[in-house]
Amino acid sequence: MGLRGDAAIVGIAEYPHTRKYDGERKFTLSQWAELTRMALHDAGLEPEQIDGVCCSDIREAGMFTPATIVEYLGRPVNFAERIDLGGANAVGMVWRAAAAIELGICDVVVCALPSLPTPRDPSPPPPSPEMFFGASSARWGSPQGEFDIPYGNLAQNCGYAMIAQRYGAQYGYDAEAMAKLVVDQRTSGAANPNAAFFRSPVTVDDVLGSKVIADPLHMLEIVMPVAGGGAVVLASREIAERCNHRPVRVTGFGEHLTIKTPTYAEDLCVTPVGPASRQAFAMAGVVPGEVDAAEIYDCYTITVLLTLEDAGFCAKGEGMRFIREHDLTFGGDFPLNTHGGQLSMGQAGAAGGMTQVVEAARQLMGRADVRQIAGCNTVYVSGTGGVMSEQSALILQGG
Amino acid sequence: MEMKFERPLPQETPVTRPFWQGLRDGCIRLQRCDDCGRWVFYPRSHCPHCLSEALSWHTASGSATLYTYTIARQPTAPHFAEEVPQRIAVVELEEGVRLTTTLVNVADGDIRIGMAVKPVFDRCSEDVTLLRFEPA
Ligand SMILES: [Zn+2]
Repeated sequence: MGLRGDAAIVGIAEYPHTRKYDGERKFTLSQWAELTRMALHDAGLEPEQIDGVCCSDIREAGMFTPATIVEYLGRPVNFAERIDLGGANAVGMVWRAAAAIELGICDVVVCALPSLPTPRDPSPPPPSPEMFFGASSARWGSPQGEFDIPYGNLAQNCGYAMIAQRYGAQYGYDAEAMAKLVVDQRTSGAANPNAAFFRSPVTVDDVLGSKVIADPLHMLEIVMPVAGGGAVVLASREIAERCNHRPVRVTGFGEHLTIKTPTYAEDLCVTPVGPASRQAFAMAGVVPGEVDAAEIYDCYTITVLLTLEDAGFCAKGEGMRFIREHDLTFGGDFPLNTHGGQLSMGQAGAAGGMTQVVEAARQLMGRADVRQIAGCNTVYVSGTGGVMSEQSALILQGG
Repeated sequence: MEMKFERPLPQETPVTRPFWQGLRDGCIRLQRCDDCGRWVFYPRSHCPHCLSEALSWHTASGSATLYTYTIARQPTAPHFAEEVPQRIAVVELEEGVRLTTTLVNVADGDIRIGMAVKPVFDRCSEDVTLLRFEPA
């Protein structure tokens, strides 16, 4: 079962992530074209070689998104996917692209998640109070609208906070360990010029002294919204060998979806990234101890903690100890989110997970500059959508 | 532009009406599957364990424990600005199902995961009663 490892990421593109974007506002379609151009240029590919796209929502269309994009790019394709997995989009795009390439239906697939501000609409639709419900649907008949929104259980903070509280009751909670996770990631992020928190390390005291947003989560344990976005281009083995960089082969993947609202999870502390990661590792023939870096989706500290456990980097209930005992910076013994993670990059909407994919590719291509890990050959990447609703995992390998 | 944030209330459907009617009557009515015997929440047309359509309504005991909670110190949406801090919780009923709720009549320092809680039927309007919980 699974991939042969013939498809590879061959080019990457990333907007600098910024809290206050002061550049030109661009339509999502324009950003799509720009990121595509950047990623192709990086790989050494020509636009006419594109024959597949993986996209998510765009500002300018509510449906028929892939057709709208390929028309704008002027590129007919044999393969088009619109992914609706929130923060798991980037990982979901990469494995779908790799699978399509291995099936032989396409050779060059662009996966882009642009998230810069778009131009101000001269005749904006009337604002609706429901837009504040975010990822929770208030439509009639929606279970969220009927059984969660009336109780205020919406947005992401309270869901993740309730997971963290439950974890604490079951396994114990060490707020300082969670703060150390932020500190280590922000140390790496301080060395990443694309990160919103470039040159801005923090201390454990900074984290624990930041405002509690929803118990037990402090502000610095939560991603900050930013402008950003990124893209990767994947290609078949034959094409990848002629590209500019060391091919980043997709050798394993997994994806697992369980619930929309965590209230209905069978066990709040056992997350879908477990089955997704087991499949990814098995497919690649790799065990967790063999990875050179882990780029773990980090909307919150608790997300990273549970992924460390459920993906098999440590046992259930051991995550806090694991964080205390390892140096998680890019120079450490367990390099975790070597770009600083989204806790350093900031979160550019559902494009956040693309930072993890791009950084994994950078490390495997040997292009991570001061953050480069020596001899980086195998990287684990995870994606998380909703409130641990849908999660995905990749094993990427160089060569 | 001035936007008005009224508290969002549930709008029942033909499928969920017996549940909301139960709350209006002061009891928790739950579905149980006639085929596999398991309890179901939220109410739906098909059993999420076996996809049977044979779901019948029963009155739950009302015994429950606190599965998890958080205290949201910033409103989760502008609609809840006046309810901060929001004591949002997941409660597990004796029958085994979990539901989203808020805790009432409890000091923050007295909230413990695993504590026994009991239902509070909060009549919000003529049509809508919400199900909240307090220490048992
Ligand atoms: Zn059943």
